[in-house]
Amino acid sequence: MAAISREEVAHLARLSRLAVTEQELDRFAGQLDVILQSVARVGEVAADDIPPTSHSVPLVNVLREDVVVPGLTRAEALSGAPDTAEDRFRVPQILADEE
Amino acid sequence: MSDLIKLTAAELGAKIAAGDVSAEEVTRAHLDRIAEVDGRVHAFLHVDDAGAVEAARAVDAQRAAGGKLGPLAGVPIAIKDVIATKGIPTTAASKILEGWRPPYDATVMTRIRDAGMVMLGKTNMDEFAMGSSTEYSAYGPTYNPWDLTRIPGGSGGGSAAAVAGYEAPLAIGTDTGGSIRQPGAVTGTVGAKPTYGGTSRYGLIAFSSSLDTPGPVARTVLDTALLHQVIAGHDPRDSTSIPLPVPDVVAAARQGATGDLTGVRVGLVKEFSGEGAEPGVMAVFRDTVEALTKLGAEVVEISCPHFQYALPAYYLIAPSECSSNLARFDSVRFGLRVGDDGRNSLEDVMSMTREAGFGDEVKRRIIIGTYALSSGYYDAYYGQAQKVRTLITRDFTSAFEKVDVLVSPTTPFTAFELGARTADPYQMYLADLYTIPTNLYGGPAISVPVGLSEGLPVGLQIMAPTMADDRMYRIAAAVESTVGTFTPPAL
Repeated sequence: MAAISREEVAHLARLSRLAVTEQELDRFAGQLDVILQSVARVGEVAADDIPPTSHSVPLVNVLREDVVVPGLTRAEALSGAPDTAEDRFRVPQILADEE
Repeated sequence: MSDLIKLTAAELGAKIAAGDVSAEEVTRAHLDRIAEVDGRVHAFLHVDDAGAVEAARAVDAQRAAGGKLGPLAGVPIAIKDVIATKGIPTTAASKILEGWRPPYDATVMTRIRDAGMVMLGKTNMDEFAMGSSTEYSAYGPTYNPWDLTRIPGGSGGGSAAAVAGYEAPLAIGTDTGGSIRQPGAVTGTVGAKPTYGGTSRYGLIAFSSSLDTPGPVARTVLDTALLHQVIAGHDPRDSTSIPLPVPDVVAAARQGATGDLTGVRVGLVKEFSGEGAEPGVMAVFRDTVEALTKLGAEVVEISCPHFQYALPAYYLIAPSECSSNLARFDSVRFGLRVGDDGRNSLEDVMSMTREAGFGDEVKRRIIIGTYALSSGYYDAYYGQAQKVRTLITRDFTSAFEKVDVLVSPTTPFTAFELGARTADPYQMYLADLYTIPTNLYGGPAISVPVGLSEGLPVGLQIMAPTMADDRMYRIAAAVESTVGTFTPPAL
């Protein structure tokens, strides 16, 4: 049985904001199925009582001194933006016309 | 071809400091070499000729004014294109960042500049460091100087090829699952992954934040250690940076070069000593183990029963973190924007931009990560992978109660031909079979060239406990002192 269907891949692509093409869906569905079947091997390990590791460095609540340090100027922060307006990032419309 | 390009970084630094050669001459020799061979190797995505000459002249001026130069002042270096370099194009080999010039330097870059080193340019890589062959670069592959029909490894294939092909004596790579060590192994160069948190991630374009580690690439163990010393150390700008002194890796490399490993206990990873590797790789590995014994080391076999689950765990954890990290490429603050015609919504523009800007492997990993983190599958995939990560860490800590370091081949196979593993992405993943456990544990590991199999380089991987980076340098230098270094055929 396939671990993941073409429809599921299409749904995940939408969630990931990837406007994938039909050809990509055809290609990815098989490839992702092979990958998922392979990585599913982690399930063979009996680990019910094992705590998860998210990170290898045992540091918590790392704080810095509360002092002012130089940061980017407004022009520097905007320098890589695809579009700006009035010293701000300009974005396409967030709501559709009919809304 | 100038003889200067054949010198080690240590030799170049000493000659520049002594005034035997100027930093500008050294830089120009390397720029000439790049002009001569990089059309065939394609190690670089961007060469900063003017910036390099300017930086070299500043070192020469400093020396002329009586300033004291550090050991690597004036020595050229190539930087993997995933490291932010102020004002210099930084793309992570992705179309989504084409033309981006960062407004700041990564901490690694700041330290390199402060050491007086000369950046030659930015090196090719798999897009966002996802891959093992550099074939997933959006700007075309890099070719292995040992055989131009073969891959230079990945993701840091550009850095390794630049160093192997004498285009630079030193380079910076980043290692998330083997991206420094595996290219080192297949190009006959030395590559070290420092302890996670030992080198700063500030300004490194994030792929998998709990694994990403910048590190040094060179042709000798001592050069690797000298660069390690420059870039390592606590950085308040990275909250996972370890606030402890850097182990003295340079002293360790010098000690190892004496060739005496009496009293050192070396563990052979049982699970990585048999099937899965090419016979030629295993033959060189066995010879190396014998050489370690002759140097005085005590070699024992150590079982790490969970290492076989490292690859599947990694290919759940890394894509999960990548799906989150790459959400920042939203067509708003930097990079590409596609489809902004005044009618499309922000969400549509975002989806069209990400579709146009990311390559196949990046898309595959984002989708896998989104799947592994989704509510119905989280426990079975991401959650379970995190538990396996704990068990792999326990394998390491229990091994290091018995031995000082663990060793294995760096990769199961030598450099393969371009195109050999791109059709089935999982076949590509197998290149990192032996390097991944260390990343999940967080400790340091180094790959040092130890021989050839059918004319292609084979690497030995030495893994050490967290913050014992010096230990792997000592052993690597001892091995190098007996097997020598490896030079590719003339390009």
